[in-house]
Amino acid sequence: MSPMAFVYLAAVLFSIGAATVMLRRNAIIAFMGVELMLNAANLAFVAFARLHGTIDGQIMAFFVMVIAAAEVVVGLAIIIALFRARQTISLDEPAELKG
Amino acid sequence: MIELSWLLIAAPLLSAAVLIGLGRRADRWGHWLGVAASTVALVVGAGALIETLGREAHERAQNVHLFTFIPGGELTVEAGLAVDPLSLTFVMLITFVGTLIHVYSVAYMEHDARRRVFFAYLNLFIAAMLLLVLADSYLLLFIGWEGVGLASYLLIGFWNHKPEYATAANKAFIVNRVGDMGLILAMALMFAHFGSLSFSEVNAGAAAASPATLTAIGLALLLAATGKSAQFPLQSWLGDAMAGPTPVSALIHAATMVTAGVYLIVRSAAIFDGAPDARLAVAIIGAITLLMGAIIGTAKDDIKKALAASTMSQIGYMMLAAGLGPIGYGFAIFHLLTHGFFKAGMFLGAGSVMHAMQDQVDMRRFGALRGLMVITWATFGLGWLAILGVPPFSGFWSKDKIIEAAFVGEGWQPWVLGGAALLGAGITAFYMSRLFFMTFHGRRRWTEGQHPHESPWLMTAPMIVLAVGSAFLGWFLATGDRFTTWLEPVTGHAEHHDPVLAVPVIVTLTLVLVVLGAALAWWMYIHHDVAEEAPAPSIPVLAARNDLFQDSVNRALFERPGRHLTRTLVYADAAVVDGAVNANAAGISKLGEALRKTSTGNVRSYALLMFLGVVIVTAIALLGVR
Amino acid sequence: MIEPWLFWIIVVVTVVPALALLFARKPVHIAMAVVLVMVGLAVAYVSLEAPFLGVVQIVVYTGAVMMLFVFVLMLVGVDQRENLKETIRGQKWVGLALAIGVALLLAGVISRTAITAQDRPAPAAPEDIAAALFSRYVIVVEALAFVLITAAVGALVLTYVPRLKPRATQKELQAARIAAGADPVNKPMPGVYARHNALDAPALDPQGRPIEDSVSRVLEIRHQTKDGEEYRFAMQRMRRELGIEDGPIDDGRMGDGPDAPDRDGEGRA
Repeated sequence: MSPMAFVYLAAVLFSIGAATVMLRRNAIIAFMGVELMLNAANLAFVAFARLHGTIDGQIMAFFVMVIAAAEVVVGLAIIIALFRARQTISLDEPAELKG
Repeated sequence: MIELSWLLIAAPLLSAAVLIGLGRRADRWGHWLGVAASTVALVVGAGALIETLGREAHERAQNVHLFTFIPGGELTVEAGLAVDPLSLTFVMLITFVGTLIHVYSVAYMEHDARRRVFFAYLNLFIAAMLLLVLADSYLLLFIGWEGVGLASYLLIGFWNHKPEYATAANKAFIVNRVGDMGLILAMALMFAHFGSLSFSEVNAGAAAASPATLTAIGLALLLAATGKSAQFPLQSWLGDAMAGPTPVSALIHAATMVTAGVYLIVRSAAIFDGAPDARLAVAIIGAITLLMGAIIGTAKDDIKKALAASTMSQIGYMMLAAGLGPIGYGFAIFHLLTHGFFKAGMFLGAGSVMHAMQDQVDMRRFGALRGLMVITWATFGLGWLAILGVPPFSGFWSKDKIIEAAFVGEGWQPWVLGGAALLGAGITAFYMSRLFFMTFHGRRRWTEGQHPHESPWLMTAPMIVLAVGSAFLGWFLATGDRFTTWLEPVTGHAEHHDPVLAVPVIVTLTLVLVVLGAALAWWMYIHHDVAEEAPAPSIPVLAARNDLFQDSVNRALFERPGRHLTRTLVYADAAVVDGAVNANAAGISKLGEALRKTSTGNVRSYALLMFLGVVIVTAIALLGVR
Repeated sequence: MIEPWLFWIIVVVTVVPALALLFARKPVHIAMAVVLVMVGLAVAYVSLEAPFLGVVQIVVYTGAVMMLFVFVLMLVGVDQRENLKETIRGQKWVGLALAIGVALLLAGVISRTAITAQDRPAPAAPEDIAAALFSRYVIVVEALAFVLITAAVGALVLTYVPRLKPRATQKELQAARIAAGADPVNKPMPGVYARHNALDAPALDPQGRPIEDSVSRVLEIRHQTKDGEEYRFAMQRMRRELGIEDGPIDDGRMGDGPDAPDRDGEGRA
């Protein structure tokens, strides 16, 4: 099986992650969708690295992981702060930008 | 002295500026400054006249260059004065009659608080009128044209605390404006075709231009002349202009401003030479107006309005003469000159009568003033005889020549024009005699408390001088064709043609009609008593009393459609233009409202929109690239 | 290059739990599903000759990031059940359509590429990765360090609750408690004294009645408590089984309970 198959898999995972962000109301679940999207991109990078025979793709995936970790830290902190203020993490609740 | 001819304009203008600028401080001596300014103009004009008389005929047309008006490279406009026999004739008329009327006004306006302002306006008028006749280009003439219009407005509405007088001033100005459109149009056409507005270049260009162009220019100039000279169809303002003080009526609306139209036609002789149709139009307008004025004059009981109708009629004669071509120019100006004297004299006489009768103007309340105001009666009488055309007074020399010239030509023209002039002479005799008899003869029909007396010498002296002119000026200028020869450098030499009727026949017919007219007036107004209240009118008299319904016609033909047009345009502007703009704004508002709906505040719909954008951009970027 | 069966196992292990993200209801289930996805991806990395990355995926993502998610889930409320009914009109269908659309789009683009796979993969041992990181990408590494520090500090700042009042001392806390009407005595420990110390049996008061406060509320909700009945007459039961007579100590006075027989007729003390 050529590594290109993994790229297709990455596309499928990416779209599932995107659907999660759009369709789920729980903030943490939506955030997990974002993580899934990042991972799909990582998979694509590694597959291309294998295809081209270099490790630059793996390095890039490594960097993405680091950034994703940092992002998770800050994002979850925000969710906690939001929860402390409103006692709920539903994404439908904060609608101050309406209008 | 010719080089100093700019003083003619500068002196009265400066005086006007001083009188307005100094304000009430100049109240005690301001009128004398006005008189002095006018006298200075008279002296300079006389000097220029003498100098010109001393030259040979071919040297008499001089140009005095003043300054460069608009230094614009290709479009450079020079300002200069044309000092030639035609303009000098007018200069003398304006300054001589003007100075006399200035002196008259010192006494006439004695009890008016704004006398100084009156003199400022009079001086302004003198300056503008002199600029008009001395200009060497149509542009400067136009400046003077507008200036006299302004002065006329200011003077007619001098007593503007009375709303009717202010309205009369507006009417005069507005009707004049319609005529001014004609002058502007003519100037535009001239500039387009000849590239310049100075008389010399226009005349040179007119020789080579097409008849269609010249006819268009000529008709536009005719429109301008009808506005300024109160000819049909723009004649409605002259009667109402009598709202101004009598010296104003004498100076502006008898002797000078209303003759500016005739001046314009004669000055533009070169244009009319190439446009015979326009020239015929001038003559026809003149004929119509002279009859119209005469008919209106027969039914007017207001002495000033009757004299105004008479002015309208006499200028009709001048226009008729000017429309006859080179043979008529000289006589038109001749009649203009003599008319200036006797009409101004009669207006001053009317002012004297009004002064005596405590500003009464209804002739039906005059009568038997002859014994109490002898000088007025005598001077007015001389003017009356002059306007009738009784020999040997001025009017006979000038008017008869016009009637003779009207009978020259072929086909229907001489009969119609000549017949109109002849008929007009008869009616003129009738209504002027009516005026004279009703005012000075018959029984006393005064209102309560009238004590008529002769006017002070400051008023009677000018009247006497003008009466002398009415009596002798015509004979003096006609002997040996002195006047027409004097004008020849400007008007050109006219071939002598014989009228279709023999000259003695014309003269006799004229005299017969005049005597008949005067006799009829005597019969109706001396032999029969004059009613103090105007009797119930028959239809022609009703029409004449209402100025031949000129105001109704104007209202129906112009004012009402104009008002409707304006209203429609305003509505269209508001509905269409403003509506389009407002609809535009409203549309954008609605668009904003619609777009506002995307701002739901909901995080997930934002995520959806963002993702939609990403998908679209990705699709375009990736699929669009081959 | 990859065995087909390995590939399909990886597909199943990643796609099926990923779908749980969309369809499951309890957040903890979803979190566990995502952990499974991460593990599957680690397997994929290793199969793609990226062993270092596979291990890092387990350590960082599965071990750190997902655990972080679970911790926050616990903090926020683990018993939140999400109502799957969609509140915004049309969101579900448009969202699904877009997701499927982008999948098809990407698939289409990918199908148009023509990259021939290399036979030999690049050496991807940790030494090689380190060599590349600290030679070619050293600036990025430094930047990433900066990012990590910022993220940590940011998290601290975001969750920092400033102390508005001085910390209450124990004396003040106790005074507040008494004022609110609490019992000045400590809550009794669970378990029947001197008989057992089981967490799930309530303590008995001097009258022998069970004290409800002594057992954890959680155990009560889960119906995992005992009433301690079997401990009350244990000695008697034991003697009965052994056939020994009731002793002087075993007269029921030391916590036999209110329903113990009144043998000597002197009433309960």
